[in-house]
This record gives sequence, C-alpha cells and structure tokens, in this order.
Amino acid sequence: MLEISELGHRYTDAPVLDDVSLTLAAGRIGCILGPSGCGKTTLLRCIAGFERIEHGEISADGVLLSSANLHVPPEQRRIGMVFQDYALLPHLSAAENVAFALHGRPRRDSRVLALRMLQRVGLERFAERYPHELSGGQQQRVALARALAPEPRLLLMDEPFSNLDVGLRHNLGHEVRELLGQLGTTALVAMHDHHDAFALADDVGVLRRGRLLQWDSAYRLYHRPADRFVADFVGKGVWLEGRVSSASEVETELGAIGGRMDEGLPAGTPVDVLLRPDDVVHDDDSPLQAEVISKQFKGSEFLYELRTASGARLLSSVPSHHDHPVGRPIGIRLQAEHIVVFRRD
Amino acid sequence: MALSSLFADTGDVWPHLLQYVLPEALGNTLLLASGVALLTMLLGVSLAWFVATCEFPGRRFFNWALLLPMAMPGYVLGFALAAFFEYTGPVQGTWRRLFGDSAPFPDVGAAGASILTLGLVLYPYVYLITRQAFATQGVRALEVAQSCGLSPWRGFRRVALPMARPWIAAGTGLAIMECLADFGTVQLYNYTTFTTAIYRAWYGLFSLNSALQLSLVLVILVLCALLLERRFRGRAQFTAGGRVNPHRLRLSRGRRLAISCYCGAVLFIAFGLPASLIVGWSIDSFAAEFDARYWQFAANSLALASLAAATIGGVALLLAFATRYAPGRVNAALARVATLGYAIPGTVLAVGFFVPVAAASRWLNESPLVSGNGVIALQSGLTVVMLAYLARYLAVAHGPLDSALLRVRSSVEDAARGMGVAGLGLLRRVHLPILKPAIVTALLLVFVDVMKELPITLMTRPFGWDTLAVRVFQLTTEGEWERAALPALAIVLAGLVPVMLLSRRND
Repeated sequence: MLEISELGHRYTDAPVLDDVSLTLAAGRIGCILGPSGCGKTTLLRCIAGFERIEHGEISADGVLLSSANLHVPPEQRRIGMVFQDYALLPHLSAAENVAFALHGRPRRDSRVLALRMLQRVGLERFAERYPHELSGGQQQRVALARALAPEPRLLLMDEPFSNLDVGLRHNLGHEVRELLGQLGTTALVAMHDHHDAFALADDVGVLRRGRLLQWDSAYRLYHRPADRFVADFVGKGVWLEGRVSSASEVETELGAIGGRMDEGLPAGTPVDVLLRPDDVVHDDDSPLQAEVISKQFKGSEFLYELRTASGARLLSSVPSHHDHPVGRPIGIRLQAEHIVVFRRD
Repeated sequence: MALSSLFADTGDVWPHLLQYVLPEALGNTLLLASGVALLTMLLGVSLAWFVATCEFPGRRFFNWALLLPMAMPGYVLGFALAAFFEYTGPVQGTWRRLFGDSAPFPDVGAAGASILTLGLVLYPYVYLITRQAFATQGVRALEVAQSCGLSPWRGFRRVALPMARPWIAAGTGLAIMECLADFGTVQLYNYTTFTTAIYRAWYGLFSLNSALQLSLVLVILVLCALLLERRFRGRAQFTAGGRVNPHRLRLSRGRRLAISCYCGAVLFIAFGLPASLIVGWSIDSFAAEFDARYWQFAANSLALASLAAATIGGVALLLAFATRYAPGRVNAALARVATLGYAIPGTVLAVGFFVPVAAASRWLNESPLVSGNGVIALQSGLTVVMLAYLARYLAVAHGPLDSALLRVRSSVEDAARGMGVAGLGLLRRVHLPILKPAIVTALLLVFVDVMKELPITLMTRPFGWDTLAVRVFQLTTEGEWERAALPALAIVLAGLVPVMLLSRRND
C-alpha cells in the first residue's frame, strides 16, 4: 500500500510536483498518465527516494519514507524500479543481473532465485545471454524480473512500454498484469498512452504540470472526467456548446441530450458537453443527418468525422460494415447514458 | 625498418647493451609504465567521477580546466617541479628553516619524479574518456544499484566502476603509450628508459644498430599498449551512447568542499604552480635572455611546425579521400597502417627513418647520375624530420578529417550532381565548406604537436636548426631552469590551443 499526501517537489526554479495526493491499495496496479514533462518520472523518483521532497509525505505499508525533514535512502526502501531504458548492467548476464538484486544472500540461493524469477517472465532459456544479445522486449522482462526478485513492497515502472512496438506492448502489458496479480505486488506505473494505461491499471491518475488532476478507476476517468484536460487526454471526443435545461438534460444545437449529470448546475447555465465517438450512434432512420467529412478504418469499426447542418463537428464510432462514402450524409442519434458537462467561462 | 636491425652487424656494442643497458632500461620502463598507469587511473577516474556525477563548487570550471595539464609537455612540468623541489629551491629551503639543516627531505628519486610528472600531464587522457562514460551512465548505474538495495559506495564499486572499465582501459592505454614515447621527462630526471637508451646509443655510442635493436624492443612494448587500447576502445563504442544524465548526486557540504579542494590541488600542482613559476621566471629573465636569437628559435619552431602541418594535412586529406572514393581492403589497410605511427615513440621513428634515408643518399651519391654534382646529403636536410613527423602525426590530422568527410553523405553529393555541380565545383562548393573546420583543426593539432615535440626534432633536425623545444631541452640539461622558462612559456601557450578546442567540443 502506497500513500502520498500533499507531495511537493521543485528543482531550482519551477515546482515540478505540486500538492500531489493519492492512495494505492495493496495489490493494486496504479498508473500515472500524462504528457511528457508533466512530472510523472519525477514523482516515481521521489517515491523511489532518488529525489528529496520539500513538502508532504510518502509512506508505504504504513512506514514513512519521505517528508520535508525525513529521507530514507533509496537502498533501504525496498522499492523495486524498472527504468525507462531498463538500465540492465551490460557486463552481467541476464541471470547475473537478476541475482544482482539478491545480493546479501548466499551465492547459490540468489542464483536459484534469479533463475526461478527468469522462468516466471518466460526467459529461462536466455539466462546466460548478455543484455546486448537480447531484444527490447526480453530486456524489459529481465529488468522486471530484477525489480521483482527481492520481493519489493512496491514496484515502480517508468514508461515500461515506450521502447516497444505496439503488438509487443499489448502482449507484455497483459503478461505484466497477470504476473503482478499472481505475486500480489503493488505497482505504480508512469505512462503517456491511455490505451496502455487502461489495459494495465486498476487506478489511473492524470498528471499535468505537476498537479494530479484526477485519481480514479479507468472507467470513471473516461466517462466521468473531473477536468477538461483529463477528458481530452484519456480519449477522443468533441465539445458541443449547450445550455442546461433540467437536472438531466442539456439543450444543444443538435437538440436535447439526456442523461445523468453529476454537477448540479442550475437551468440556463451555459455549458460545454463532451460527446465521445461512442455517444454518437449511427442510425439510418434518424431524422438527424450529418455529412461524412473523413473516415478512418479501424478494423472492427469506422471512426467517422461528421459535420451537421448547423456546422457542428462530431466523431462517431460505427460498426465497420456501415461503409459510407465521404461527402454523403448519414443518420445519427445522440445516445449518452451519462453526460459530461463543464460550465463555459 | 627496425626489423632489419635484427640481422645487422652490431660489432662489440651489443654485448655491452645486453649486459648493462637492456635490463636497466627494461626494468625502468616497466616500472615507469605501471606507475604512470596507476597514477593516471587514480587521478583520471576520481576526477572524472566527481565532475561527471557530483555537484560541488566550481564544477563547471573544473570540467574544462582539468584538461589544462595536457598543454604542458612533460619536460616543462618536469623542470618546473624539479626547480621548485630541488635542494636550493623554495620548498627545501623552507623545510630546512622549519626543521633544521639535518632533517632529511623526503626523496622520491628519479623513478618517483618521472612517474609523478608523467602521471600529472597524462591523467587528462583517462579523465577525458572516462568522464564521458560517467556522464552518460554513472548516476543511472548508482540508481540501479540503490534500487537493488546497495549503498552508494558499494554501488560505485560494483556497478559504476565495472561498467566504465572499457573507457578506463582505453584512456589508460593511451596514457601508457604516451609514457613509453616520452623522452624529455625521463632524460631530464636522468632516468634510463628505452627512449633515453636509444638516444644514448645514438649519440654516446654512435651505434645506429644498437639504437635500432633497442627500438625494436620498445616497439613491441608499445604494440602491447596499443592492442590494449584498441581492444577496449572497440568494446567501449559498442556499449557507449545514451544521453547525458541531468541528475547529479547531492552531497553534504563538507564533502562538496573536500571535492573542490581535491580538484583544485591536482590542478594547482599539474598546471597552476608550474605555469606561474614559468611566467615568473620568464619575466625575471626576459631582459637578459630575450634577444635576436629568440626570434630565430621561434622562427625555426614556426617554420618546422607550419611545414609539417601543411605536409601532414595534405597527406591526411589525400588518405581520407582515397579511402572514401577507392574503398577496398588495400586502401583501408593502408589507412590503418599509416595512422598506427602515432603509437611509435619519436626516438624510434628518428632512428628508423635516418638509417634508410642515409643509405639512399649514399647510394645516390655513388651512382653515376649525380656524381660530380656535389654531395646530396638527404639525411642532414629536412627529409628525415618531415618523414618522422609524418609517421607520428598523420593519425592526429587524419582523425578529424576522416570523421568530417563521413558527414558528407553520398546522398549530398548525388543531390549536388543532380543540380549540375560536379567535379572540381563539387569539391569547392560542397566538400571544402563542410571540411573547413576539420582542416583547421587538423592543421592546428599537428602544428602544436610539432611545436612541443622533442626527440625527433632533437635527433634529426638539420645542423644548427634549434627550436624552442630544443632550447628548453639544452638549458634544462644544464640545470638552467630560469633561462629555460621563456621558450617553455611559448610552448605552453601554443599547447593551450588544442586544449581549448577539445573543451569546446565537449561542452
């Protein structure tokens, strides 16, 4: 279990992390999502103990690790780290790299444990290879095995999939999730791709310019974003201008959109409504028509970019056997079970 | 060339050499090389680690300033230190005043003095190469170790140091090669190594063949060092790369100050102290020493260095173009052999070129073609000097030119041809502008190296052709420290140029 409260950190001038608080329950996988330079690597480095913090507290399993005037050195934290570039030791074989993390035990024991760990990540046949003889994905697994071998109380991974191609990412993400589940390891992962994050994590947070905008389940992050930036960052969608007409309805240029609304905004408030591609449903019989501006084939579906008669742009995700040519109008229906609105300034 | 000596007739001198000179030279040379290797490693690695991974007052200054000792030829640092620490020098004077006349002053001996001096001027090789390794992977290595539960000190010993091993070995290999080639420093301290033994066999015993045979043994030693350097350098390149890690280790105030003091002390002894001594003596002796002869020495130095720079620059350029436009095993091998010369000590090259050139000139004079037209004495002209310089410094000029030419990709040439620029126009409008900085660098490096060069100039220069370096050598041989300061100052100033180039490139 990891607890962070009101964490603040700054390099010489600008604050890098500002008032970050989150709780990650034991055995869960958390993910910090954000664009590059948002401070997610710094957050991991603070938790690992490579950076001192100016404000707030970091504790794991109820043990205080960092505060403004306390700093447990990284080597005493029992926190495993998988670095973005894997940071395998080039002069050691895969097995020796893993055994390196098991120092302090008898040599034979650490070797046996290292091999067992390599077996868990499916690399038992590559134990004697050196890092430069391994592929990117294999290096990643060795780094993971090394970080997990000493049974850390927390595992940190910095952009674990950024150097891998898409197919490998997907497989490895799945394997990592399974492995961490079996070992019951608590893990916090920094990422910039929401697809990867949703596939791997139980809890996801979006970090922007050092501030944690939301810390929530993946589902809630996507469907109930607390912030416009979060809404844009975790998925596609368009914003439509509207006005609240009742507690469960917003009036827009495309007509009324109904659904549950979290914010108790009074009727008449000007708002922006978020429409995800899956909120705009294709329906040949619908009176509401929109012209296809462009389309992307995604295999099981098309992503259509549409323009309505009133000039509004929409995105719609449509099953792939509905192949409409560009320039033709198609019928659509707005179907939102829950509507996301933000007050327009 | 040296090989031919194996079969040569050496007369009575060889048994004498074998019995008296060879064991001493071999023992001394090995002691010197291992001492210098140890000292350069110790200084180079520690300084590189501090500058590359720690934050301490003056780090940015030390980052480049620690390269300054490279500007100081060993024989200049040597005589400055010798004068400072000798019996009548200021240090021993103070010592006697403090502890009385009978208190023995610690004596490092000729071996210790040579090792100390060469270690101080050669550590920048290790420092320069290892610093790069630590800058890209040092802090990260420590972090990996810490995330695996190792303390920082154990992390340094078990991770950072082994990872940097190829770089450390490459830098030390270079330092050992330079140390084996050194003549001026060991001659100054009267410490018999191979280079001084060759010189004495040549001048004292007038035995060319024994000089050649000694050269052969030395070349074998040098090739061992070269092999070491090449082998590890190849591996270092393999694992090199990565960006410079922006994170630095934060240390306690006391440690930061201690590191600053350490860097400052090394820099002071290796550069600050000798430089200020030389400047001081130069000022004192300027009125008495400076006269028309100095212009002559300086002119000789400049003439030799410019001529060498032009010749070697031209040959290096040809070689670079040849390997590019006529690729093949022969040219590649040619380039490799041609650039191997930088490893061969100057004394060996002087002897190695003198013998065949003298033979050729004898043959020419005896041939009917030239007989009666006066004596052609190739060996007393500039031929031998230039050939020996060419062999030794071709690599220095070839390096920057070759890597600059690599940047002119063939697609660039094709594009130019597609726009109607070809032949000489291509050379003038595409190659020369791109190569210009590299050509300037190559010329400068050769120029300065020749300015500082001692054994080749000393042994093969045309009669009466004294340069600044030769002047320093002559004066220091007589113990005239103060008078040697003025020409030494000129050499050090010239030596600063490549150091500045180097530090600018590494910023």
